[in-house]
Amino acid sequence: MSGSDPDAQAALACAYSEEWARVVASLARRFGDLDVAEDAAAEAFAIAVERWPADGVPPNPGGWLTTTANHKAVDRIRREQRRADKHREALMLHDDDPPEPLGAIDDDRLRLVFTCCHPALSMEARVALTLRLVGGLTVAEIARAFLVQETTMGQRITRAKGKIAAARIPYRVPASADLPRRVTGVLAVLYLVFNEGYLATSADTDPLRADLTAEAIRLTRLVRELLPDDGEVAGLLALMLLTEARRPARIAADGSLAPLAEQDRTVWVASLITEGHRLVRERLDAAAAPGRYQLLAAINAVHTDAPTADDTDWSQVLALYDQLVRLDPSPIVALNRAVAVAEVEGADAALEIIEPLGSALDAYHAFHATRAELLRRVGRRADARQAFDRAIALAGNTAEAATLSRRRDQLEA
Amino acid sequence: MQYLVSVIDDRTNSGTPEEMVAIDAFNEKLRAGGHWVFAAGLAAPSTATVIDGRGEQPIFTDGPFIESKEHMAGLWIIEAPDLDIALELMAEGSKACNRRLEVRPVLPPPASEA
Repeated sequence: MSGSDPDAQAALACAYSEEWARVVASLARRFGDLDVAEDAAAEAFAIAVERWPADGVPPNPGGWLTTTANHKAVDRIRREQRRADKHREALMLHDDDPPEPLGAIDDDRLRLVFTCCHPALSMEARVALTLRLVGGLTVAEIARAFLVQETTMGQRITRAKGKIAAARIPYRVPASADLPRRVTGVLAVLYLVFNEGYLATSADTDPLRADLTAEAIRLTRLVRELLPDDGEVAGLLALMLLTEARRPARIAADGSLAPLAEQDRTVWVASLITEGHRLVRERLDAAAAPGRYQLLAAINAVHTDAPTADDTDWSQVLALYDQLVRLDPSPIVALNRAVAVAEVEGADAALEIIEPLGSALDAYHAFHATRAELLRRVGRRADARQAFDRAIALAGNTAEAATLSRRRDQLEA
Repeated sequence: MQYLVSVIDDRTNSGTPEEMVAIDAFNEKLRAGGHWVFAAGLAAPSTATVIDGRGEQPIFTDGPFIESKEHMAGLWIIEAPDLDIALELMAEGSKACNRRLEVRPVLPPPASEA
């Protein structure tokens, strides 16, 4: 890298996060090929890294990058045409829509998001493509974040792009009848990225994994910018912000995870909580029936609204879980609802709800951890110990296992 | 763009009369929309013969080329401008024949000029 002009470095970092998706999306639209778009965008940014520190930052960095990337893409296509690649045209991304007037560039990014999160691709492929093509993470970064070999991740992305081209996955925003379902699919990808970063957080976690939460929030902000009227997009963003706000309080001094009730609330990030609460209120005012993410966000808003754990309005939490169970009658939601039931109606009532979930959730550590806690509260110590042992054996994360061990050992006291 | 749609089945009996009626209606819809290219049901996998004609003498072997719990019980070839339209159409086809389907793109013919 030449030069260390701080202005140029800042402009490069800013352009990368602001313009990458825009450049890839507009090239994909113009050339009908994700591979061409990705490579040309990467080349344009590489040239910027060389030139901006020496020649100065261009007055319109986004325009400069798009133009440079366009030239690179045209060069490549000319080269390939000279090689008379007869299959090229047949493999182009399909787009029957008439060319759109100026200002449609944001639509291009939305097209890109929907194509990367297409339901005909595997979840793994959707995550990888979205982080690469929309998020601009390098293949090496994505590989490290998901703990796979770089070559494996590269192949995953190449295969997904190959399927998009060969099966003609269209480059367009879905029809309105299909839109809610497809948005749900996009949000599932973003939430998975967020959780991968959030749940992985522990003392010995690669910082790149933790960065996934920031990346998920950034991408969700982008989707919200593109679909401002979608309540579930707002709900997911609020849910992420209110979860991320608690991150500084999440790891105790001994490296174990601090449960909500034991967290030092003074280190929660106030700005994220304020923004999350504003989004939740906005959705309440919209008076449309809330979806899953909006309800989860509202539950988190109740928690983050309480100055101390004892101030938590559990009846409000329970009312929200009652709504959520109607939308999503899965055993995991029922388990989480039982935690609120324990606070409102007592541990006995909660145990009655969760015992029947055992067959479905036997392999899920949180089921055994929740059950252990409830058994402890009703004084069944031996049963609680057994349940903690089971939870510890199943916990996939060292910080989580440490927390559970600590709580098990507190049974002695 | 053409797609091969395979009907995935784990039973040996063919479709019920209700399924046949639903499939006929669905095929009519495919024809009306200009999507229909070809469709057929297949006899049981046990009636298949594998041919290897690469050697001097062709070798014939009894049975399907792959033994599995599920098999291809029928097929469509449809014409659709892109995968979204193919998937939407064949989701309906899956309901009509009451079986899971696999949709796979047919390679386009080689371009006649560079």
